[in-house]
Amino acid sequence: MNLVLHVWRQKNAQDKGKMVRYDAKGVSPDMSFLEMLDVVNEELIAKGEDPIAFDHDCREGICGMCGVVINGLAHGGHVGTTTCQLHMRHFSDGDEIYIEPWRAKAFPVIKDLVVDRGAFDRIIQAGGYISVATGNAPDGNAIPVPKPSSDLAMDAAACIGCGACVAACPNGAAALFTSAKISHLGLLPQGQAERFRRVVDMVQQMDTEGFGNCTNHRECEAACPKQISTDFIARMNRDYIRGSLSRRPDKVGGGDG
Amino acid sequence: MFQVLDFYKTANGKKVVMAITGLIGFGFVLIHMLGNLQVFVGQEKLDDYAKLLKSSMPILWGARLTLIGAVVLHVVASWQLAGQSEDARPVPYQKKLQKRKSTFASHSMRWTGPLLLMFIIYHLLHFTIGWKTLNLPFIEGAVYSNVVNGFKLWPVAAFYILCMLALSQHLYHGIWSLFQTLGVNHPRYNGLIRAVAALGTAVVVIGNISIPVAILAGYIK
Ligand code: HEM
Ligand code: FES
Repeated sequence: MNLVLHVWRQKNAQDKGKMVRYDAKGVSPDMSFLEMLDVVNEELIAKGEDPIAFDHDCREGICGMCGVVINGLAHGGHVGTTTCQLHMRHFSDGDEIYIEPWRAKAFPVIKDLVVDRGAFDRIIQAGGYISVATGNAPDGNAIPVPKPSSDLAMDAAACIGCGACVAACPNGAAALFTSAKISHLGLLPQGQAERFRRVVDMVQQMDTEGFGNCTNHRECEAACPKQISTDFIARMNRDYIRGSLSRRPDKVGGGDG
Repeated sequence: MFQVLDFYKTANGKKVVMAITGLIGFGFVLIHMLGNLQVFVGQEKLDDYAKLLKSSMPILWGARLTLIGAVVLHVVASWQLAGQSEDARPVPYQKKLQKRKSTFASHSMRWTGPLLLMFIIYHLLHFTIGWKTLNLPFIEGAVYSNVVNGFKLWPVAAFYILCMLALSQHLYHGIWSLFQTLGVNHPRYNGLIRAVAALGTAVVVIGNISIPVAILAGYIK
């Protein structure tokens, strides 16, 4: 099939950028979306033009690198699907496809469709550490974890940090990502020691990075390729209130560590 | 030291303020509506109720200041939060984001809110203060006749009804949203929370709208 692509082209972070039209000819329905872009790029390179820069790594939906907004839908809008897992059979001959990078102040465009998601790393860093003993591997059953907690924690830990939640949010908020990271530790016994300090620090970092704030549209939940629930956002809010109410002043002094 | 101001500084803290003041607002509009339904019983009943409300100045002003404080906090926080979210996406999408789970109600919060603020001011000028410039029938303390004569004018009644439709959208999203903001969420009760939002909204809005409609229809004279 033949497609018309409108792709965001931007040389670097300073460039203003604009949409550029490309024809994608002879696209096979068995290709993934990224393979389709690879073919377009082959042609561009052959013509001596700058290929379209897009992020990708695993191409199997686990690394979270490949996010782009396709026709106003993060990752193309199929349930539980990242862009690399999106197949061209979902499109038909003659379709016009708009491809844009994640749009958020906290995710500056590096080039074309590639954005810097370092803000997510800094939110995780703000959470700090969890207190686990190092040394020999602990005995498997030394710490009992209730099954419902481990299930929920795993649901939250499924987050691959792709940023689709921010991209799809009308407010550009990072609440779903942050709440997933807070919850997967906060639900487990190993995460209890710093649970309430961690939630406050990560929530503060979320604002510092320049994300918007959640008004419960729930577009993030619809866009999340790992189908993470906005129930985790409520859990974050609950822990944030508790964490703020119970916060003790930081002591500065020898031995306080 | 983590204090109240640190709490308010974060968007999450402001949202908690929105939720608590919004809940106060919801409680108020519900009770206010139930009180006003006494207009259906008759002139004496409603005017007596108005006198009762004004019988204790400390209680009256305590309630008024609480409500005004709640509205001010709610408006200021919403303004700051909306500004933060506006700034969060300086370069817009060329192709608009498609809507999947968001609703008309959730998207319209940003203008149903300001419309309600205008409404609150107009409403106070109309029935509480009796501002002359509005040129509406108003006699201090004669609540029943003020209501009936006010709503006999169809543009006034229409504006009230329009604002109540805006309130329906604001409450339907807001009541559900405030539970989420306060962290009240559990698979066992989530359905119930949706039901409370829908039912609470329907009761307040239908109750309020019934009054101008009954007056326009000549059922209340
Ligand atoms: C009748 C009076 C009002 C009631 C009962 C009310 C109620 C509520 C409730 C319950 C929420 C949900 C809070 C949350 O998500 O946690 C809310 C949100 C909101 N309100 Fe109001 N409100 C009223 C008036 C106003 C006014 C006068 C404004 C602005 C001028 C306003 C602007 C907003 C905005 C923008 C939101 C969305 C904020 C967000 O979701 O983060 N509201 N309101
Ligand atoms: S490339 Fe790894 S998730 Fe798509």
